[in-house]
Amino acid sequence: MAETRLASARPSSDTVRAMITPEGVDLRLNLGEVSQRASALILDLLIMGCGFVVLSIAIIVILVALHTNGSEPLLIAWLAGIFLLRNFYFIAFELGPRAATPGKRRMGLRVASRNGGQLTADAIFVRNVMRELELFLPMTVLFMPATDIDGWLKALAILWCAVFVLLPLFNRDRLRAGDLLAGTWVVRVPQRRLLPDLARAASHEAPAIAFTPEQLDAYGIKELQVLEDVLRRFDRKTIKIVADRIRTKIGYPEGEDSDGAFLSAYYAALRHRLEARALMGRRRADKHDRG
Amino acid sequence: MAELELKSYRFRQEREAEWKRLESLLAKVEQGAIASLSDDDLLAIPILYRATLSSLSVARTISLDRGLLEYLESLGSRAYFLVYGARESVWRRLGRFFATDLPGAAQALWIETLAAAGLMLLGVAVGYALCRGAPDWYGAFVPPGLAGGRDPSSSAQALRATLYANQTNGLPVFATYLFTHNAGVSLFAFALGFAFGIPSALLALTNGCTLGAFIALFSARGLGVQAGGWLAIHGVTELFAITLACAGGFHIGWAAAFPGPLARLDAAAKAGRRAGTLMGGVLVMLIVAGLLEGLGRQLIQNDLARYAIAAVTAVLWPAYFYAPRRSRADG
Repeated sequence: MAETRLASARPSSDTVRAMITPEGVDLRLNLGEVSQRASALILDLLIMGCGFVVLSIAIIVILVALHTNGSEPLLIAWLAGIFLLRNFYFIAFELGPRAATPGKRRMGLRVASRNGGQLTADAIFVRNVMRELELFLPMTVLFMPATDIDGWLKALAILWCAVFVLLPLFNRDRLRAGDLLAGTWVVRVPQRRLLPDLARAASHEAPAIAFTPEQLDAYGIKELQVLEDVLRRFDRKTIKIVADRIRTKIGYPEGEDSDGAFLSAYYAALRHRLEARALMGRRRADKHDRG
Repeated sequence: MAELELKSYRFRQEREAEWKRLESLLAKVEQGAIASLSDDDLLAIPILYRATLSSLSVARTISLDRGLLEYLESLGSRAYFLVYGARESVWRRLGRFFATDLPGAAQALWIETLAAAGLMLLGVAVGYALCRGAPDWYGAFVPPGLAGGRDPSSSAQALRATLYANQTNGLPVFATYLFTHNAGVSLFAFALGFAFGIPSALLALTNGCTLGAFIALFSARGLGVQAGGWLAIHGVTELFAITLACAGGFHIGWAAAFPGPLARLDAAAKAGRRAGTLMGGVLVMLIVAGLLEGLGRQLIQNDLARYAIAAVTAVLWPAYFYAPRRSRADG
């Protein structure tokens, strides 16, 4: 298990789901975290709020400019605009090629079909109609004046709404009721740039340092990829600490090499050794793996 | 030095150009500039996508460079969603929706539709019987906001006036308001189906009761025929729409309660998609009903004309939904 997963070892491996393409390759999709989806939703609501304000201001400006009583068409436009904004904002954006609202795009999320098939317009429609129940009804209940109904009734209503609002927290796949019904889920597909190969950079910059096999056997794949993160960030303090740790562990004398050069060279050498051994069928998961 | 030339790096060098090309094509498509792609580019996308997937599987076995693996996973997923995503244009999809999907969904849900209609008729009967017997019931069925001053204490004269109110002022606004209100109600009837359809059933019943109470009130003052025209001009469309919405709710509730051979979740999801199609049609019907109610009813003051329009809608909607049509060969 650990062996097959290691190539994509990530801090949040409990959100990784197998997604086998028709070509038979597992894409290992990352589910969107509840926090990311909440941020996306807040962004979308802010955008909708801005749209609402802009619409209202435009209508008021036109009313003032015209100085007439013919306010009717504008009122219609206002009501219709709010209706369209509330009901079709999500649907229209999720029908697009990115299958995501601006808020979701910002968070690198998109809607996908759970069974790996096509994301249909019907599914998008259903998942957003359910929003009525999960989002707009609870908001209405919450902001209802307390004088209108009994306090107990209101508490019950809030409890009932909470079942829907909090549903994503209580299931493995972070599905909300709309996702359940539509057969969709929200996955994280961030756009990544192709980063330079660190081992390559090392062999260009500095003369290779010769490490003994024992020195290279100190660590496994997990540590290699942690080292990769450290080198990519290149934070001076961390580099120093890590370089000292490794020097002590492998018994390498503190010499004339800078910390950065030492780590780069060690990374290149370690990766070379681990990859060569992996090719022979011996993947060493981490430093405790003595297999 | 030559020793440090990693196999995984050579692998990356050989394929990098392909990945970059796919990445730039994807960026164009995702920004909606698909029209700017040449035929060659369009044909290349699936090939590049498969090449990237093969790179990904190879990289997982031979490379330990996490930056590279994550890049390939992200690129592969983005391309996957493009290649296996919906490829229909929105307009063609809409056309297919109205030509086959919507009537198909309505036909598939005929049992639920009959059940919803039955419940609503039962509600009408109950509301009518109770209100004829004891007018006090009226207040229980008709919320004061909806009644708008039409209650058992008002005179026949006043009631007649509400049927033929000649208030052209503010009409379109009223129509828009009614539409957004009714659409909200039926979205609700649908969304509540989740709870095994029980709330949808209650909604159908109470709706029917309100209607029955209304009819009872007016027929008690000898205004039955006129009230019928006032209601039917838009009511046929609107009640049909609400019936369909309740039917959609039942469909989901039934699948959630009795999933059959499927897992409960899958059954609910399948039912949800089919009922969702129907809901799209319900929204369209409500737009029509809102127009008829807000504009048609206030502009047309003749009972006969009102009944004529009602009759036309009563024929057209069922004909559209249930008329047998040739099944499409490509399915």
